[in-house]
Amino acid sequence: MLGEGIVKGLFETARNFLGSYVDKDRLVTVQYPEERHPLPEAARNFPFLLYDGDDPEAGLRCVSCHICEKECPPRCIYIEKSTDKKPDFVGKPQFYPARFDIDVSVCMSCQICVEVCPFDAIRMDKEFELSTDDRFGGLMWTKKELSKPNEYYQKIHPVEAAETDARRAEDVEKAKAKAAAAAAAKAAEVAKAAEAARADDEGAGKEPSKG
Amino acid sequence: MNVSFTMAGGLAERVDQIFVTLDHWAVAHTPGPLQWLVQILLIVVPILAVFPGLFALTTVLERKGLGRIQNRYGPNRVGPYGLLQPVADGLKALTKEDLVPRTADGVVHYLAPLVIVVTAFLVYAVLPVGRNMTAVHLNAGLLFFFAIGSATELAVFMAGWSSRNKYSLLGAMRAIAQMISYEVPLILSTIAVIMIAGTLAPEKIVLAQASYTGIFPHWYVFTPWGFAGFLLFMTAAAAETNRSPFDLPEGESEIIAGYIVEYSGFKFALFFLAEYLEIFAVSGLGITLFLGGWSAPLSFLAVIPSWIWFFAKLMVMICTFIWVRGTLPRLRMDQLMNFAWKFMLPMALVDMVCAGVWRFLPGGALWSVLRWVICTVIVVVPYVALARGLQMGKKVEQRVYRYAEEG
Repeated sequence: MLGEGIVKGLFETARNFLGSYVDKDRLVTVQYPEERHPLPEAARNFPFLLYDGDDPEAGLRCVSCHICEKECPPRCIYIEKSTDKKPDFVGKPQFYPARFDIDVSVCMSCQICVEVCPFDAIRMDKEFELSTDDRFGGLMWTKKELSKPNEYYQKIHPVEAAETDARRAEDVEKAKAKAAAAAAAKAAEVAKAAEAARADDEGAGKEPSKG
Repeated sequence: MNVSFTMAGGLAERVDQIFVTLDHWAVAHTPGPLQWLVQILLIVVPILAVFPGLFALTTVLERKGLGRIQNRYGPNRVGPYGLLQPVADGLKALTKEDLVPRTADGVVHYLAPLVIVVTAFLVYAVLPVGRNMTAVHLNAGLLFFFAIGSATELAVFMAGWSSRNKYSLLGAMRAIAQMISYEVPLILSTIAVIMIAGTLAPEKIVLAQASYTGIFPHWYVFTPWGFAGFLLFMTAAAAETNRSPFDLPEGESEIIAGYIVEYSGFKFALFFLAEYLEIFAVSGLGITLFLGGWSAPLSFLAVIPSWIWFFAKLMVMICTFIWVRGTLPRLRMDQLMNFAWKFMLPMALVDMVCAGVWRFLPGGALWSVLRWVICTVIVVVPYVALARGLQMGKKVEQRVYRYAEEG
């Protein structure tokens, strides 16, 4: 009959109204600044630069290769290469960025810079409360503001960071092994040369043993 | 006072009449040439202060109530429990830019919100908000109420037409069609009350209900014709004031905001204010006609001042409106019109017949019971028949999307 559904609906809303005062679990709202949902592991918004150790200048992983700058779809990255070199994590001398700026008002959080970076130097951050009263300078982040330690990365993206760290440790091992092999080869070379020299000395009085 | 009004001593009476006494005192203590001015100000200023205050309270109540119905908190940031939210809203409305479209008819566009607010305030003149507390004593108060109340349609059309915007105009057309359609059952449902009370003066209608049998009041809502009339009146009132579920003129999803599309800032706030003032006024009239106005619901509760009872009833009505808004979805235009002309109008006519039968059946112990039965049958049978008839030929089934759901 006409009106039956209306009464039923009124009871339903009344139950919700009263229930929300009795049962706190009904309320779906999170009172944001005071309480907040934990962000999921894969959450991302703006990129940051990683550095190893304590010194953001010396430990910065970026080698200023410009790949991210060229791949960035909205062109929000600006890099200036250094004129000198500094050793990277395996000790190889590399360029470093004299200047590395990201305009976060332009960044579209696509993560392409992260995917193309061969040096694990740039990663996505989870920080989202970035409001500023300076809409030009405040949103143009320089190297200083972008650099964050590896420990921070391990904290916000533990799974990804473990994978990256393992790979880099392997690289260091490889580099060490390579260096050791190179050193051994060099030592062998030296030993061989010494041997040869000694043989030369010994065979000085006889006919030459080699051509 | 010709009613069985039991007073618990002179104190209750004095508290009940405190505003009337203060008014008389103030007028008596002003110099003669200025008395007319003070008299007018003392009537107008309280109305201009109390009802917009109630509007501010209602906006926050509504947002919190709807929030709770939807299992949210609602506003809870500004002030304790979010009670100062209307202050923030008001400041925002005042500081916003006042836009007038370049092609709009400037004068009419400017006047429309003023006209709607003024007419919304005017109808309070005849509402008895307490014993001896009617601003203007008119013998044809009800007539005045409906005549002035219809003027809001003019303001709505002024707003819609002058904006020179298709959404505004469509919204205004909808609003006019709806208001005119629902004015018919709104006024017809009050005719039953006028027939029984035999007067058009709201304060006399209240006095007719302010008597008691034992402890129970003689409110018209406690009769078959009064109950039906009350439901019809409040339904028509909701439609008349563009209140959900009849808020088609401002359907956001279809015509953005209807006739108020081109209004911003304080003019928008004035429309908002006017809408709520109309709701209060028409609820106040519903209280006056059917719920015994300022009279207490039980005879021994009459010690509580009459104006408290009026506003308590008004708050109940407002909360019911909020409850209904949180429950019912918006009607379609054809449903709206069908409901007005095919259901509300016949039921209002039936209700008038029922009131006539109630009036002319003889008294006596047996007849007073028979009267109840007969009148209930007169109302309920057409209700069921009409509801069935309107449902005939209509199949309620789940809609099948032929193309969208393939593949």
